[in-house]
Amino acid sequence: MSDQKPIIRTDAPAPEGFEGEGFFATKLSSVIGMARKFSLWPLPFATSCCGIEFMATLNPTYDASRFGMERNSFSPRQADMLMVCGTISKKLGPVLKEVYTQMAEPKWVVAVGACASSGGIFDSYSVLQGIDKIIPVDVYVPGCPPRPEQIIEGVMQVQALAESESIRRRDSAEYQHLLDSYNISNEEK
Amino acid sequence: MIEDQLSLIDYQLYIMKDNSLSNILNQHESNEQIDGQLYTLNLGPTHPATHGIFQNVLTMDGERILHAEQTVGYIHRAFEKISERRNYSQITTLTDRMNYCSAPINNLGWHMTVEKLLGIKVPKRVDYMRVILMELARIGDHLICNGVTGMDAGAITGLTYMFIERERIYDMYEQICGARMTTNMGRIGGFERDFTPKFHELLKDFLKTFPARFKEFGQLLERNRIFMDRTIGAGAISAERALSYGFTGPNLRATGVDYDVRVAEPYSSYEDFDFIIPVGTSGDTYDRFMVRQQEIWESLKIIEQAYNNLPEGPFHADVPDFYLPEKADVYTKMEALIYHFKIVMGETDVPKGEVYHAVEGGNGELGFYLVSDGGRTPYRLHFRRPCFIYYQAYPEMITGAVISDAIVTMCSMNIIAGELDA
Amino acid sequence: MTNEFVLEAITREFPESVISSSEPYGMLTLEIKKTEIKKIIHYLKDSSLEINFLTDICGIHYPEFPEKEIGVIYHLQNMVTNFRLRLKIFMSRENIEVDSLTELYAGANWMERETFDFYGIKFKGHPDLRPILNMEDLGYHPMLKEYRLEDGTRTDKDDAMFGR
Repeated sequence: MSDQKPIIRTDAPAPEGFEGEGFFATKLSSVIGMARKFSLWPLPFATSCCGIEFMATLNPTYDASRFGMERNSFSPRQADMLMVCGTISKKLGPVLKEVYTQMAEPKWVVAVGACASSGGIFDSYSVLQGIDKIIPVDVYVPGCPPRPEQIIEGVMQVQALAESESIRRRDSAEYQHLLDSYNISNEEK
Repeated sequence: MIEDQLSLIDYQLYIMKDNSLSNILNQHESNEQIDGQLYTLNLGPTHPATHGIFQNVLTMDGERILHAEQTVGYIHRAFEKISERRNYSQITTLTDRMNYCSAPINNLGWHMTVEKLLGIKVPKRVDYMRVILMELARIGDHLICNGVTGMDAGAITGLTYMFIERERIYDMYEQICGARMTTNMGRIGGFERDFTPKFHELLKDFLKTFPARFKEFGQLLERNRIFMDRTIGAGAISAERALSYGFTGPNLRATGVDYDVRVAEPYSSYEDFDFIIPVGTSGDTYDRFMVRQQEIWESLKIIEQAYNNLPEGPFHADVPDFYLPEKADVYTKMEALIYHFKIVMGETDVPKGEVYHAVEGGNGELGFYLVSDGGRTPYRLHFRRPCFIYYQAYPEMITGAVISDAIVTMCSMNIIAGELDA
Repeated sequence: MTNEFVLEAITREFPESVISSSEPYGMLTLEIKKTEIKKIIHYLKDSSLEINFLTDICGIHYPEFPEKEIGVIYHLQNMVTNFRLRLKIFMSRENIEVDSLTELYAGANWMERETFDFYGIKFKGHPDLRPILNMEDLGYHPMLKEYRLEDGTRTDKDDAMFGR
């Protein structure tokens, strides 16, 4: 358990600020964080069994749209969160990288399932042993397949990250260095 | 007007002539009356409507598809090579992940193959329990396929309602084996535990309330004018072509051939049950949808018969060489300890030989060809995967159709990517 | 339609082609000479035996028999009488080719591509023989016994404890 794990608050507290009659003043980054947090649009990159559990998360029993994920965008240009559910083989690796590069900042990546996190039970010549070999990952959701409740916890961790992230993070040198280590360039595509 | 009629005749010529792309392009360039260029559309590999990872590069003239070039293997996980290094119980977890919408059928089919190799005869109660679970899995698989066909024709409501029913099926799986979807259900020789009291309660509740809800789903789509217009005539295939391609399962039954492995070569006491095989006539999308709808009703009938006549008896065969003994015995009795050690370390004797066993999966005849050389892992294991075999026919089914028909055809064929690539 | 009846019909038509026959677990299994396989399958399809459904084609590798190293195994069935048949042919690594069945059965197309992909068996007369499941630039035929299963880039498995 690393101490960098974002803290999930389920009581939706108001951000710190100064309050008076008819107004509430707070930092811009808190407001933007709140807005981003409650309107994450996922791109379901569902390849195999975890994809069916993801479909179960979207459907009424575990309803993901109460977290703001009402519109699953299959177009990378309009998505915030890339949820990679299922095994990624080496043949599909370039496709995944292309999809990731086409997404606009800010973007988060969730590796759902054991296969996406580390190759899972398929220790073979044709399976990519974890998508963090080709793209940077923010949240790993282990399980084979993870229960919908675990997928929701993963989403809530992304929400905690989105809320607390500095709005200058995507321009910082450290982030650029991270992308360079994966040979992903941030130029206009 | 004249151009439209000429275009129509030329499309028919395209369908009748040889389908290779070079021939189509040659015909096209020599005919000046069809104006416009051919358009290449890349459908996939990640496309919302394909429910799986496979790519089709379509050559189109306007909205009509002239040629489809397929690429599969985007989720090839090398099951056959992995299974040469896993022992017989570990391979059950691999078989789950082939057709993951109906995992128990794959698991129990694999156990039946190993039992055939080892010559184990299971008690009648195990047979009936297996039938109940396999038919529940078949219902789950067909619910997804039909819901998704509705969704891709525009009706998302059906899918959302039917997923609630799938959750109830998952609850029942959890009572048996602990997992929702990739179940690893059963053991070689039977099951790991008997049906719990909660399972009986859930199953009785399911049998009482599911028919009414499923009837609602049927009323939404079966005689729905829009759905029928979308699906009748889309992706039709004749019975001769289907048999030549090796179709089995609901896709073949929709063309009119009544082949079902459960009736042709009954396994696991299927001959005790009374059910019909629904067939269609023209092999188009509407027929496939209706065949699956009717198969769900038949599966419910089978589950009721099996549950009402569930025989008493042990829930596993008496094969101490392959079935793990009770843990309490392992700590106290010597023979149980030795058997436990031998089974886990894989030192029990397995006969040499080769066996082929087929079960009726959600998509057709799921076959397991197992070659054993006496070791603890198979020498060769090959899965006869129905999805892989019938997906070859997809270009032939959509040539000459518009792209919306192609999408609905693909969904109604129930192509599961895990089974396609294995 | 029993195993003896079918075996007798085949040996009557093709007397020198059947090398051996057996019935493991009840399924008639014949080993056929490599050059005769297409004729025999065509005969089975057109004759009154009506064994006209190709269930599956797969490959197998026996590195310990150099003359019969690579095998192709065909499963056929007659759906009406529920009769199943298994035909096997073997060849050495040097002349690793056999006739394709795509003219008889449209479904043999991808089955043969998969067998080629995994074992390197060339099917003469196949319209489009290239790897189907593996990447085109993999460079080898992975199911042969001399190639390893794993990849080597896995970082979380400790070989000292989980020997590969």
